[in-house]
Amino acid sequence: MVSTARGRDVTPYRGQAVVQAESRRRRLDTRKEWLLFILFMLPNIVLFGLFTFWPMIENIRLSTQRWDMISPIRLDVGLTNYRYLLRDDTFHQVLLNTAYFTVAAVGLSLLLGLIVALLLNQPLKLRNGARAVVFAPTLLSGAAIGIVWSYIFDPRYGLVAQGLSWFNVSSPDWLNRPEWSMPAIIIVYVWKNLGFAAVIFLAGLQAIPKDLYDAARVDGANIWWRFRSVTLPMLSPITFFLLITSILNTFQAFDIIRVMTQGGPVDATNTLIYYVYEQGFIDFNAGRSAAASLVLFVLMMIVTLVQLRFAEERVHYG
Amino acid sequence: MGNLSIQNQRRLSQAAGYLAMVLIVLVIGLPVWWMFSASLKTTQEIYTFPPDWIPQNPRWSNFKEAWESAPFGRFYLNSIITTLGGSGLEVINATLGAYALAYLRFPFKNVVFAILLAALMIPAQVTILPNYVFFGSTVYDLIGESWVNTYQAIILPGASVAFGTFLMRQSFLGLPREVLDAAKVDGAGHLRTLWDVVLPMARPVIVTFGLISVVAKWNDYLWPLVITQTENMRTLTVGISSLYDLEGNTQWGVVMAATIFVIFPLLVVFIFAQRFIIEGLTAGATKG
Repeated sequence: MVSTARGRDVTPYRGQAVVQAESRRRRLDTRKEWLLFILFMLPNIVLFGLFTFWPMIENIRLSTQRWDMISPIRLDVGLTNYRYLLRDDTFHQVLLNTAYFTVAAVGLSLLLGLIVALLLNQPLKLRNGARAVVFAPTLLSGAAIGIVWSYIFDPRYGLVAQGLSWFNVSSPDWLNRPEWSMPAIIIVYVWKNLGFAAVIFLAGLQAIPKDLYDAARVDGANIWWRFRSVTLPMLSPITFFLLITSILNTFQAFDIIRVMTQGGPVDATNTLIYYVYEQGFIDFNAGRSAAASLVLFVLMMIVTLVQLRFAEERVHYG
Repeated sequence: MGNLSIQNQRRLSQAAGYLAMVLIVLVIGLPVWWMFSASLKTTQEIYTFPPDWIPQNPRWSNFKEAWESAPFGRFYLNSIITTLGGSGLEVINATLGAYALAYLRFPFKNVVFAILLAALMIPAQVTILPNYVFFGSTVYDLIGESWVNTYQAIILPGASVAFGTFLMRQSFLGLPREVLDAAKVDGAGHLRTLWDVVLPMARPVIVTFGLISVVAKWNDYLWPLVITQTENMRTLTVGISSLYDLEGNTQWGVVMAATIFVIFPLLVVFIFAQRFIIEGLTAGATKG
């Protein structure tokens, strides 16, 4: 398999022994290259095996057991944990919360991100500075930001209460009322993440060829129509990418919730990822936690498969 | 009305644009301003309504009090160790893996590709429980001591990388072929080529990925929260949240000063490197 076209070309001009030595050397080179490939890849693959793939198998096993994370005995209980989740009102609430949070947070991040991007795409001075300000919260620790916002939502002395008082509206007790806590979490999440959508949308807008707009203008299209017929269609691949990425990210949003509400009050902000943590590390129900984490995994898997199905060429960028 | 010239119209729309931009910057920036201003307020000033936008007499001792309310020096050390350790390993893994995928022959390359893609689809969040059990009991069974509450346990699960490997492979493939061929003709082996040719040329993408990785590790919360048990092993994000759990909303000025400890290093990094970070993230999204 090593005798290449070039190797055969050479044959008539050299002796048999030389050719054999040459092909042996090449085979050795190939072997060396394989070995180097393995050496370069091994640490990564071993770590993934230990801390990503093996845990998924462990999760499946744990999800069929009852275990308090301490005792040496793990009881095999078959599908009991799944049956529990299926029937449990709290878990139903958790699924609804996750849907509520995901739809609202993703929808608002993308919508506001697009509006900001459209604005920053105008020829305004200092717009790069504005872009930096809008993007900055994306990089800040969710735990620290959650604490800052807990103060901002303080019903008596917070910034929001101050803003509302200008309109003679008294502030709700955001984090202690079941109906207000989720909107508060969503506001924080959107504030923190709309900059990411804005920056990506902006890059997409800047990649739209100018002559498309000129052509639309020649056809007599007004601003709104140019937006409908040029901007939106040209942005659709990026919108799709953002939609998928944002959904996956909201599924994993943990720090803000943990710091601001700890899933409460009365489970009003308890989402799947928080439930996985709560069951495992607060209530010590390893089995239920594992089962819930597999539910989370399957949901994320479905979203990822949708992405792969519709954007196969983008796979290599994650 | 009719003689509003085109120039005036343009000026008007530009003014509206600036107004909207200022509004957006204010809305996004206000919470951060609020944090900075509160960190300098006395408790009394915090509880005045309507609040002062700028503290009357900046109370710098809030920072001193915050620093003394928890072992922040130790939190910093822990965050720096785990961030540099985790990001360093990620960058090394991504670089070596990308070089192998881009330039080395291997019969089962497709299998390796598939493994990395599969890894990309399993988020760290769904593996915390089994990983905790691994460091607690499996490691204990193997070597006679638990690795819960250790640096290696914080770092190792996040040391492997698929996204960065793909990102770098893509950029390695875009390097000029002639330069690589020239290195080969000069008799450079693969290690030499990687070190002397590929690394210098690919520096921008390595820096970008390194920055993204550092930001992620510094802000990481869930895994350090469950795997650390004693105060002296907590990272900044976990430390600040447990300080908040304890102190609650009793001393907002001090608590805000403490959140600045967490946020400040990244704000500084961002001010110097925002170009790199934004360009890296948008490249990943738009080039596909």
